[in-house]
Amino acid sequence: MHDSMIERVQNNPKFHALVATRSRFSWALTVAMLVIYYGFILLIAFSPATLGTPLGNGVTTLGIPLGIFVIVSAFVLTGIYVRRANSEFDQLTREVVEEAKQ
Amino acid sequence: MKTLQKLGLAGFAALASMPSWAAGAIEGAVQKRELNMHAIVMFLAFVAFTLGITYWAARRTRSAKDFYAAGGGITGFQNGLAIAGDYMSAASFLGISAMVFTTGYDGLIYSIGFLVGWPVITFLVAERLRNLGKYTFADVASYRLAQTPVRVFAATGTLVVVALYLIAQMVGAGKLIQLLFGLDYTYAVVLVGILMVLYVMFGGMLATTWVQIIKAILLLSGATFMAFMVMKHAGFSFETMFQQAVAVKHAGAEALAHKAAVASEVAAKAVAANASDASAAVASATEAAEKAAKAAKTNIMAPGGLVSNPIDAISLGLALMFGTAGLPHILMRFFTVADAKEARKSVFYATGFIGYFYILTFIIGFGAIVLVSTNPTFKDATGALIGGSNMAAIHLADAVGGDLFLGFISAVAFATILAVVAGLTLSGASAVSHDLYASVIKKGKANEADEIRVSKMTTLALGVVAMLLGILFEKQNIAFMVGLAFSIAASANFPVLFLSMFWKGLTTRGAVIGGAIGLVSAVVLIILGPAVWVDVLGHPKGSELFAYKNPAIFSMTAAFFFTWLFSVLDNSEQARSEQGKFNAQFIRSMTGIGAEGASKH
Repeated sequence: MHDSMIERVQNNPKFHALVATRSRFSWALTVAMLVIYYGFILLIAFSPATLGTPLGNGVTTLGIPLGIFVIVSAFVLTGIYVRRANSEFDQLTREVVEEAKQ
Repeated sequence: MKTLQKLGLAGFAALASMPSWAAGAIEGAVQKRELNMHAIVMFLAFVAFTLGITYWAARRTRSAKDFYAAGGGITGFQNGLAIAGDYMSAASFLGISAMVFTTGYDGLIYSIGFLVGWPVITFLVAERLRNLGKYTFADVASYRLAQTPVRVFAATGTLVVVALYLIAQMVGAGKLIQLLFGLDYTYAVVLVGILMVLYVMFGGMLATTWVQIIKAILLLSGATFMAFMVMKHAGFSFETMFQQAVAVKHAGAEALAHKAAVASEVAAKAVAANASDASAAVASATEAAEKAAKAAKTNIMAPGGLVSNPIDAISLGLALMFGTAGLPHILMRFFTVADAKEARKSVFYATGFIGYFYILTFIIGFGAIVLVSTNPTFKDATGALIGGSNMAAIHLADAVGGDLFLGFISAVAFATILAVVAGLTLSGASAVSHDLYASVIKKGKANEADEIRVSKMTTLALGVVAMLLGILFEKQNIAFMVGLAFSIAASANFPVLFLSMFWKGLTTRGAVIGGAIGLVSAVVLIILGPAVWVDVLGHPKGSELFAYKNPAIFSMTAAFFFTWLFSVLDNSEQARSEQGKFNAQFIRSMTGIGAEGASKH
C-alpha cells in the first residue's frame, strides 16, 4: 500500500465516518452480548431460585425461555451486525477505497 | 440392540459430579464392546467418501495458499458449516447431552458459554483478522511488530493449545470408538491418527474443510432427527416433555428414598442385634440416604451446582467467550474465504448452526431422561446407564431409531472426531511451517515448495506425536485439558491478537512479555487449582493452593495488564517505529486495501 494512498484514506472524512459509526455499532453490540450473558450468569450465581420459578401452573421454569433467549440473542445480534455491515459499511468502504485509488 | 445390552460397562465416570470441563473429553475407564456392524459399514462409507475428497483436494492443492487456506475460495456459508464442524466435538455432543440427562438445566448453562464467544468474534475480530492476515493469527499479531519474537510466541501459544486439545480429542476418540465399535483402544487411536494425517497431508485445508462440512451436516441431521422424535413423543410440546422428565426424575428419587428407608431398617436391626456386619450395614444405609437426598434435591428445571461460585462462573465465562476468539484452528478458518464480507457471513452461519445444535442437545438430554432412563434394556444390573451417562445420546439414538440409526450416530460420532483433529493438526502444522520455518528461520524468504514440504512433514510428526500421547494418556485424568486450552487461548493468544488490532501503543516487548505471562499464569493456576492439584495429582480435597477451577479472570487480566505495562515502558527506537506503523495497519484492517485475495484457479 502506497503512502499516498494511506494519506488519501486518512484525509477522507468518509473514512472517519465509517470508523466512528462502525466502532460504535460493534462495541454497542459487544456490550449488549456481554450484558445478556453475564446478566444470565450473575442471575444463576446470586439468585438461582429466580430461574427455577415455574411459569404459570406448569413445570416449565423461567430459566428455560431465558436460556433459549440467550442463545437466540447471540444469533440475532450477529445477524443485525452482518446485515448492516453487508450493506451500509461495505458501501462506505467501497467508496473510500475507490476514492483512495484516484 | 442386543449388542448394547451386553456391554456391561462399569466405568465411564458419571457426569453427576461433573468437573466444569468434562464435556471436553470422554472420561474414565471403558470396556470394549462387540463389533457393531451397522456402525462400521457406515463409518467405512464415510472414510471412503472423505478419502475420495482428499484425493480430489490433493489435485487442487499446489500453492501454500491452497494448502493453508484452500486457496481462499470457500464461501461464507460453507465456511460457517466448516467452523461449526470444527467446533462441535463428539465430546460436546455426548458430554452436553449427558450433562442435561443428569442435571437438566445446568447442561443448558454450560452449552450457552460455548456459544456466546461467536458474536464477539463477529463484531470485533473476524473482518480485521481476514483483512490483515494470510494463513495464521500470528500474521496479524506480528503485522507491525518484530517477526521473530512475536512469531515464536504465537507459534508456542498455538502448539500448546493444539497439543492440549489434541490429547483430549485422541483419548476421547480412543475410548468412544472402543465403546461404540468394539475396536481396541490403541488401534482406535492409531486409526484416528492415520486418517487425520492423510486428510491434512494430502488434502490440506480444502480436504479438511470438506470433512468438517460433511461432518457438520451429518451431525446436525442426526441430532435433528433425534430431537424431532423426542418432541413427537411429547406431542410437540415442551411443557409435556418437561413434565414427563420431571415425573421420571421424581419416580427415581422416590425409588431411592424407598431403598434408603429399607437399608436404614436393616442397619437398625443389625445394630440392635449387635451383628458383626452392623457397621457395613450402617455404611450402606448412609450411602443410600445420601444418594436419595441428592436425587431429591436435584431439580432439573433450575440451576444446580454448576455455577455455585460467582468468581468461578465469571472466570469460566471469560475463558469460553474469549478463548473461542483465541483458538488457532478456529482463527485459521477465516483465511479460507475471499474477503472480510465472507468472513463475517461465515461467523453468522456458524453461530446459527452451533446455537441450533446446543438447543438440540438440550432436547436430546431431556429425551434421554424420558426414553432412555425408563427403559431397562439400557441399564446394567445396578440400574446405572450402560456405558455411563455419556452414552445417553447414543442410547437415545437406539431408542428412537433402532439399530440402523444407532449405527449412523456411532459413525457420526467417529466422523466428528476426525473433523476436529484434522483442523487441529493443520493449525499446528502451519504454526511450525509458516510461523517458525518460513518467517523465523528463513526470515520470510522460504521457497514455497519447501514451506509446504515442512508443513507436510510436521503434519506427519504431529500425527505420530498425537498417537503416542493418546496412548500415553489413556489412563490419565484429562478432564482439565480442554479447560486449560481455552484458558490459554483466552490469556495468551487473545490479548495479544486483540491489542495488536485495537491498540496503537502495543510493542513487541509488551506483546511477548504480556502474552507469556498470560500463558504461564494460566498453566500454573490450573495446576495449583482443584482440577489438577486435587483431581489429577491426588492431593486431599481442599488443599489446593488456588481456589478456583478456572483461572481466566486472573490470567487474562494479568496478560492485558502486563502487555500494556511493558508496552508503555518501552521507549526504544523500535517501539516508536512499531507504533508509527499502526495507522497503515488500521486502514488496511478497516478497508481491506492490500488484503490477501482469493487465488485464481
